[in-house]
Amino acid sequence: MLEIKNLVAEIEGKRILDGLNLTVNNGEVAAIMGPNGSGKSTLSYIVAGKEDYDILDGEVLLDGENILEMDPAERAVKGIFLAFQYPLEIPGVATMTFLKAALNSQRKARGEVALTTPDFIKRVNEAATKLEIPKEMLRRALNVGFSGGEKKRMEILQMALLQPSFCILDETDSGLDIDALRIVADGVNALRSPDRSFLVITHYQRLLEHIVPDTVHVMANGKVVKSGGKDLAVELEASGYADYKAQEAA
Amino acid sequence: MADIKIMKTPAETTIAELFSASKAALPGDASAREAAFARFTKAGLPHRRVEEWKYTDLRAAMREAAPLAPQLSDRAVEKALSGNDFFAEANAAKIAIVNGHVSEGASELGALPDGVNVVTLSQALAENHPLLASLGAIKGAKSNVAYALNAAFMTDGVVLHVSPGVEVSRPIHLRFAVDGESALATATRVLLVVEEGASVTLLESHESADGVGHQPNNVVEIIAGDKSRVRHLRIDRHGREALALSTLTAHLGAHVAFDSLNLVARPGFTRHQVYMTFAGEHTVGGVRGATMLNGSQHADTTLFVDHIAPHCESRELYKTVLDGEAVGVFQGKIAVAQTAQKTDGKMMSSAVMLSEGGTMNNKPELEIFADDVLCAHGATCGALDDDLLFYLMARGLPRKEAEALLVESFLGEPIEEALGDDETLHGAFMAVIQDWLAARS
Repeated sequence: MLEIKNLVAEIEGKRILDGLNLTVNNGEVAAIMGPNGSGKSTLSYIVAGKEDYDILDGEVLLDGENILEMDPAERAVKGIFLAFQYPLEIPGVATMTFLKAALNSQRKARGEVALTTPDFIKRVNEAATKLEIPKEMLRRALNVGFSGGEKKRMEILQMALLQPSFCILDETDSGLDIDALRIVADGVNALRSPDRSFLVITHYQRLLEHIVPDTVHVMANGKVVKSGGKDLAVELEASGYADYKAQEAA
Repeated sequence: MADIKIMKTPAETTIAELFSASKAALPGDASAREAAFARFTKAGLPHRRVEEWKYTDLRAAMREAAPLAPQLSDRAVEKALSGNDFFAEANAAKIAIVNGHVSEGASELGALPDGVNVVTLSQALAENHPLLASLGAIKGAKSNVAYALNAAFMTDGVVLHVSPGVEVSRPIHLRFAVDGESALATATRVLLVVEEGASVTLLESHESADGVGHQPNNVVEIIAGDKSRVRHLRIDRHGREALALSTLTAHLGAHVAFDSLNLVARPGFTRHQVYMTFAGEHTVGGVRGATMLNGSQHADTTLFVDHIAPHCESRELYKTVLDGEAVGVFQGKIAVAQTAQKTDGKMMSSAVMLSEGGTMNNKPELEIFADDVLCAHGATCGALDDDLLFYLMARGLPRKEAEALLVESFLGEPIEEALGDDETLHGAFMAVIQDWLAARS
């Protein structure tokens, strides 16, 4: 369970989050929607531990423990996973090498034994097959020369392999064609379970037709301004964000 | 006119004494050695007011000059070579050069691949071997102090000849080592003559123990005949206190494919100089390097690339990682003569600073007299990318491990460019990098 309480954050003196409150229960899929510049991506970065922001107030509790003092690696070990909107390219580092390093670092930090190579390869291959990722891609340098869709599938592969308890999908639908969207959504849906929660950040309702949320929250000007069920996303698609922007401005 | 007496440093005085004492016993033409030593005496140990040595003050670094290393017994050679053989997996023909002398017992001189002939340098000098006429093919190197000192003192090394059209079946590994309780100097020289249409890989490794300030000075001269393919791969893993000077000269004919790669991992003070001359048309030459520095280490790479013939392509890519208070130097000069139309030259030096205290000096230079060329140079210096670090850490890699992966990625580029798909040799270089990174964490 993730609880965000009165989170206030700035970057270079500019307020991005302004008293944000949000709770995502175990097993819940929560969607966050909102106009450009409302602070959605910032929220995902702050939960994952990016250092660029000044946190002025508030708490982020994962299963009751405040994670704001932890570095990104410690948060990952605790179960936080951010699927990046723009996954980064790392030339010269084979995807397999990276996956193994990430998985075994987390296992080591949790006091678990490292996976044997055959066991590791088996797990990767299983996950890759489900996501229609060719083996040849795993031998290439991480994300280098991958298409937008391939990069997003690689993010979901990492998620499947690392088995986090709290997953954030930051505009995972951006840049995906219909087929890729279906593959990614199927990958996410396969990971849904009672002890894993998701925060799905998106502009569009389209993604939420494939990954059906339990709750939908509207973010504007750095806070959650409306919460509801999955129907809220459909309403938003019809009415747009103008009302929420106007509400804030008033 | 008043007498002007030039003050010598203690090291310069010792070097002069050592030359007087040892020259009679050194093999070959004494007058050539005298001439080389005269060039050194005239210049003295270079210091920061000498432009070529502006960032690498050899006079300040070499407070004392070490005596020439004596030849070792077979048992002592075995001890000197008891360390890690970086190219153990490369299935190479070995030639061991320990304390400045070829050790026949530890070498496969009689079992080199077909088409390769070898004679030790001491023997070649003693009998005035005809191939020695190829030494000094690049005139610009002659006035260089490190090269002149090597020419004055060279004790041994090898002269290798690859016959025309021969594709040498396995690499030749020159394994250099220095071993002794107190600081020793070596002056070794290698000449590799590759005839027309032949191809060969020359591996070169240098090792010595930490704790003793040895002073190796090695020169490798390569003459690449027309249509030959030559790879020269070097790992410098001298000890922590070593002061290591090295020079590579490459004289390239027409339609040659030449690659050189230099990895510097450990020695306290190094200067690696490359003289590459494009003497024939349609030749592609790449010189690349990866350097890892920490503590108060100092590493200098200085290139002199001369395009004389037209339609040639040169690639220079150097990467340096600096931690602690280390100092890196890259000086690269590409000269394009009026005759070298259609030259395509690209030179790049990039540095990553892992600490606040390091210093990187980049000095790329272009000197172009032809009017139809494509030449570019660049230099960068900065910390590791924060966004990349965040991405890796968000996957659970602790900061040090994330940094290590990014350093591997950074240094891997010149290695990949030089070695392509050669997994064994690639592994040999990456292992040295991984060792350095493991010692860091």
